[in-house]
Amino acid sequence: MINDILTVMWKETRSLVRNRSMRSRFLFTLLSPLLFALLFPWKMGADWVDSPMPLMVCALISLATVAMLVPDTFAGERERHTLETLLASRLPDRAILLGKLAVSITLAWGLSMLALILSLGTTNVFAWGSGLILYTPATGLGSLALSLLLAVLTAGIGVLVSQRAATVQQATQTLVATFMFPAVLLQFAFLLFNEQVSGLIRGINGQQVLLIGLAVLAAIDGVLLTLMLLRFRRSRLVVGL
Amino acid sequence: MRTQMAIQVQDLICDFGAVRALNGLSLQVPKGSVFGFLGPNGAGKTTTIRLLLGLLEPTAGRAQVLGFDPRHQAHEIRKRTGALLEHTGIYEHLSAEDNLTFYGRVWRLPAAQMRARIRELLVPMGLWDRRKDLAGTWSRGMKQKLALARTLLHRPQLILLDEPTAGLDAAAAAAIRHQLQALAVREQVTILMATHNLPEAETLCHQVAVVRAGRVIAVGRPDQLRTQASTPRVQVVGHGFTEQALELLRARPEVTAARRQNHHLDIDLRLETDIAPLVQLLVSAGVQVEEVHRVRASLEEVFLALTQGGNHD
Repeated sequence: MINDILTVMWKETRSLVRNRSMRSRFLFTLLSPLLFALLFPWKMGADWVDSPMPLMVCALISLATVAMLVPDTFAGERERHTLETLLASRLPDRAILLGKLAVSITLAWGLSMLALILSLGTTNVFAWGSGLILYTPATGLGSLALSLLLAVLTAGIGVLVSQRAATVQQATQTLVATFMFPAVLLQFAFLLFNEQVSGLIRGINGQQVLLIGLAVLAAIDGVLLTLMLLRFRRSRLVVGL
Repeated sequence: MRTQMAIQVQDLICDFGAVRALNGLSLQVPKGSVFGFLGPNGAGKTTTIRLLLGLLEPTAGRAQVLGFDPRHQAHEIRKRTGALLEHTGIYEHLSAEDNLTFYGRVWRLPAAQMRARIRELLVPMGLWDRRKDLAGTWSRGMKQKLALARTLLHRPQLILLDEPTAGLDAAAAAAIRHQLQALAVREQVTILMATHNLPEAETLCHQVAVVRAGRVIAVGRPDQLRTQASTPRVQVVGHGFTEQALELLRARPEVTAARRQNHHLDIDLRLETDIAPLVQLLVSAGVQVEEVHRVRASLEEVFLALTQGGNHD
């Protein structure tokens, strides 16, 4: 099983590297989060390491990377007429699914780590004084955990969307709408219940909010992955090809 | 169950919503044979192949492929099968070699064995020197050959081909046919080939099944089908085919029709009868006979008669 997952990952990575348009879109999408990872530490100095900003940058990188890659997983293969041949091979269902998920998640998480390291380097260069500046455990570990959990969430939803979409464009649009809708709803809710929400937030500290958020995300990811593994069927992908 | 059949299908039904794609299809493909699966577009050929590979679940009916049930043991079938489906399935952003390497890894071929096999397949196809090219830059014929190489990479026991020469020019189609012919002899595999290219089926296949509206309406060797499905006919080449000579012929009980063409006469017979008395009759009526030969309908004529004819249920 592990070998099969690695084989799918090998193909996905190779396709990403060799596909010129995908490569340039990918680099362009990453430009702004990576710029944030350099600009903010430069402007904020030593405050960067214990501010919530690293969390936000990592979250943004995770979302952008996965949202860029994941619509292509099944919808792209369907559009390029390679999906049926892949499904007719001896690869188990789970290896195909997990291999495709793993590439997006690994890349998103790897880039988040890279951004964390780069921004730490920038902080140390511009705020050098009394020795090496490091992230607080809450910020450093929280950022890594948040980017991983968000990558899994986005990849999970993205794969579900991609399995049903006829084209990559359709998958991308559906995925963006899926994430935009709750974000807009939350914003409205915040505007409507501003005082109550502010009171609630003031009552608990940042680390508690982070922990609760991570726990909720982990639970959602767990349910999503379990559902995907249980419901993934070749026959559902082949109908309509 | 150990049988001499690579594929056994019985009363297979497959519905897509209100549409019945397969309507009680039954089929037996002997091991080591090249079996043609003929039918017009929408007859159910692709659906059958997908069902045999376990990519679709049938609504009803039973199937066995290499002794395994596609419904519950599809993984075992796919392990032993190579499939060249409706589309080549080639990754155009990868090189030809990477395409084969990926599937070599999928089939878990050891690296050295995989390299040797890739060379063994690409050299006779004339693709070896261009193996580093991106597959997307290749012609359709070359991609189809590459897809055929991928299908054969793991030395499958069974090969399923869905219109392997569709959309290719004559030269590329002939090259693919040549590869398939050589393969059938060299590797002794069972090949099920869905096609609507009748000359191709006639050249390659030991047996063919004609499918229409989701069920098999005729099955047998191509020559058998031609004999069974076509009217025995005699063609007489010569001069002096007068109306009187034709009337004499039409009066014979074994003759169902006699038609004068440009320089010959077509005589449709009821049975495979001795034609010497008919020739004698023509000669006595003043016809100058130069040549006489029995004519068989082509597989194409048989196919058209079967698929465009009445209900064969």
